[in-house]
Parts: sequence; structure tokens; C-alpha cells
Amino acid sequence: MYLYPIWVRLWHLFNAILFLVLIVTGISMQYTDMKDYILMVGFARAVKWHNIAAILLTINYIIFVTGNILSGNGRYYKIEKKNFLADLTTQVKYYAFGIFKGQKHPFPVTLEQKFNPLQKLSYFLAMYVAVPLLIISGLGLLFPETVINRFIGISGMILTDILHITMGFFLSVFMIIHIYTCTLGARPTSLFKSMVSGYHEPENHND
Amino acid sequence: MFRHVLFVLFVTLISNISANGSVFYNKQTGTQDTVSFKSPFYEDNERCFKCHGQNKYEYNNENLGRQVKASMFSERIINRDKFYQSNHKSFSCTDCHSSDYENFPHSGELRMEQMYNCIDCHGNDEKFAQFNFEEIESEYQKSSHFKLEEEGFTCWKCHGPHDYKISIRNTSNLKETILYDNNICLRCHSHYDQFQLLSEKEEINILQKHEWLPNQETHFKSVRCIECHTMVNDTILVAHLIKPKEEAVKGCNECHSRNSLLMSSLYKFQSKEQRQDGFLNGIILNQSYVIGANRNEYLNIISILITGIVLIIIIVHIYFRVIRK
Repeated sequence: MYLYPIWVRLWHLFNAILFLVLIVTGISMQYTDMKDYILMVGFARAVKWHNIAAILLTINYIIFVTGNILSGNGRYYKIEKKNFLADLTTQVKYYAFGIFKGQKHPFPVTLEQKFNPLQKLSYFLAMYVAVPLLIISGLGLLFPETVINRFIGISGMILTDILHITMGFFLSVFMIIHIYTCTLGARPTSLFKSMVSGYHEPENHND
Repeated sequence: MFRHVLFVLFVTLISNISANGSVFYNKQTGTQDTVSFKSPFYEDNERCFKCHGQNKYEYNNENLGRQVKASMFSERIINRDKFYQSNHKSFSCTDCHSSDYENFPHSGELRMEQMYNCIDCHGNDEKFAQFNFEEIESEYQKSSHFKLEEEGFTCWKCHGPHDYKISIRNTSNLKETILYDNNICLRCHSHYDQFQLLSEKEEINILQKHEWLPNQETHFKSVRCIECHTMVNDTILVAHLIKPKEEAVKGCNECHSRNSLLMSSLYKFQSKEQRQDGFLNGIILNQSYVIGANRNEYLNIISILITGIVLIIIIVHIYFRVIRK
């Protein structure tokens, strides 16, 4: 089943690479005292690459939103109120118990429904809540003169910073979970292959 | 929780939209000082300011038998407003200058008048003991500026006796203080007409010399030149040992780190009142924000906990998947 068009795959690839750069450089800026540890880059280099990757990510995000609107890919992210909570519980129960009993995915992937309820919720929160907040706060940090000096006695910069690092942190955790749940396809590697080829491997392939 | 998220979102949006939030700032301008301060020597000083407070002076030339108007030599003009806002505002002119100046025309010999240095009045005096002027003097003697003494460098080049005012202690507007302090350096270092009076060096372009510095403008507005160009000395309030340019701080981590250099320089005076709500170097938060130096310990712990829990869940999940296969 051809599920992931080329533009989605390319966007996803760039998004992944840029996110990895942003995580490494972001942590390097936050924990400058640990500059000698593995993967930590020096502060000056971290600032430079964080800024470059962030601007590219913002452009990539605009492409993602535009593409979703134009191609209709955005419909997969739409959360229908009807039965959503019940469906979500079913999906969580499947990951917590059913999967070990060899049960079938409760919401198999189809052309109409690319994501299961848990994916829908987490992808929606990540792409339409956390990433916009990350970009807005990031732009504030990049252009400090646009940020209010003080808000209820606290520096506006620190509020912006806390929002930025909190969103960055949640998205980093999301990435860890995202990569792990991608091993839960028909075979541990099949979902990764899908994201390269564009073709989804049905669950029963392995049966 | 949701309400909190909304609140933070609101703050950030407002923050980014409002181009300049300085309306929230309580700007304290120096001019208020002039209004509240009335010198006991005001009338006496006026006799000097009558000529030395403006560009021209007038006097009755007895030889010519008429009033003569002439322009005042720019270096002999003292700004009245600045003087009455300065540290020495309560002084009478003749406290430091010879009382012979009360006679006019001034005698030519007065030009040879010995001028005081800071240490002449401030040294070895209990009243000023806490400022440790002796140490300031000895630090100055080790500094790059001292090498120019023969060329005519003195304390006054930076601390004009007629206009200098202490600003870093108890400042309510750090940005304004930084601007004031940096202008002291720039008075010579970005004005070649002044610079060449003391140095044989060619003209230096400060902006070009600092091209390597990321976010140059933000740095120039947020820290003083002396943060990087002096050697910190804990026994004095403001470092006076100007280092040769090769020894200036160039490493980002010196400030952008948990042990930020700024805590013993720019934020030294306020650091005693540090906020105790879990922010490392909390005082910096009250005035500005320094990446790498401001960190919230609670958020650190929470983030490590969340990451740990997620990893444990994944490991347990993998374990069950393997044994149930």
C-alpha cells in the first residue's frame, strides 16, 4: 500500500536530521560545563549550528503545513471527538497488553486512516502545538529585542527560554518514543523501510 | 496544567508581538538628582560657572577700557548639570582648586597647579575603607592604562572629577549603567581625536575588532567592556586591572556556564540578593538572561526523571516482546 508520498518522506527525513542537530547543539548550550563529554560541541559552534538548523527547520515546517493543506495529508491529523477517548484507551491497552498476546492492531493502517488514535493525538500535539511554540519562542531568543523585558516581575527572556527548552525537551522525548514505536510494525524494521520506500507493509504479511 | 500552558503561551505571544516592552520599565533618569540636590556651595561655585559653565566668557579689560567677549577653551568648560549629579556634587570648586582662582584674571602660575588623583583624597581614609582604594591603585598600576601615565593618562581619563558618578552599585536600570560605563571606554577607544593624545597606535575599529563575537549588538548592550578586558579581583568592587588585548576573555563558557564569570563582575553587587527559587545564578534572571548560566534545578531533575521513566518503560516493553515471542 503506497502511503507516504515523496514530499512527506523528504520532509520527514529533513525534519529528523535537523531535530538531531538541534537536540545535540541545544544540550551543548544548556550544559556548557560538560563540553568535554561525547557529542557535546563547543558553545560558539553550538550557537551557530543551532541557529542554522532552526531556520531550516522553520522553513521545513512551513512546507509541512502548506503540504498538508494542499495535498490533504492534514486530514490524518484530525481528531474526531466521537469515541476518541474510548479508541485511545483501546490503543493504549493494545500496546500495554494485547501486543504481547499476539493480538492484531486494533486500528490497522488504511489509506483513510494512516494513524492510530494514539499516533493522532501525539502527532497532533507534537506538530501543531509543541513545534509552533518551539519556533515562536526560538524566534524570540534569536531576536531578543522583540521579547518583552519583564512580565510580572520576571524577565521575559527567561519565560521564553523556559517555554523553548520545555518544548524542546518534550519533543526530544517524543522522538525517543516515536523511534521505539516504529519497531512495532509488522516486523521491527518494516516501518523504517516504509518511510524510505513509501510503501506500507500490512501486518498480516508476517503471519 | 492546561491553564498554565495557556498562560505561558500567552506570555510568549505577547512577548514576541510587543516590539519594545520598555514601557514596563521604571526608567530612573539622572536628572532627578539635579532637582533634589542643592549644593551648599551653589552661589560660590556660580562665580566659576559664570565663565566655565558655558562656551563664552566676558570680562572688563582694564587696559582696553572695555568689555571683552571671548570663547571658552572647550577643555575648561564644566557642565553644571553633570557636576551636580556627580559624586563630587557637594564640593566647592576651591576644595580642589586653589583659592587664588577667585582673583581675575587668573594668575599664569595657576596653570602649573598640581592636580589630585583619586588616591590623594580617597586613600588611607576610614570613610572609604570599604572601597579599598589602595588596592584599586595597585591594580591600576598593573594595568595596560598605567603604561600610558607618561603620556598623560590619569584616573580622570575615565573618572572625570567633574562628572563621574558611581552607577553599578544599587543600580535600578542595569542596561543604562552598562551604557554609561561602556561610554567611558568608548570616549577614547572609539574617538581617535582623544585616543591619539595618549597612544601612537593607529585608529582601531571596535566593531571590526569584535567581529568574531556572535550577536555583537546584544553583547554590547548587555555587558560592560570590562567584563572581558579586566582581571577580576574579589577585594575591590570593580576590577581595575585592564589586561592586554591578547588576554581578554574570548571563551564563551567563561560567562555562559554555571560558574559564570559575570557573577563576580557585572552581577557582583546584586548577587547577595539572589533569588532562592531553584534558579542557578538567579540574580541574572532579574536583569537579563544568559544562556548556559541560567538553569532551573527543578526542571533539570524533572527532565532527567521523565527521560528515565520513558527509557525504563521501553526496556520493559522490549523485554516482554522478546519473552512472549
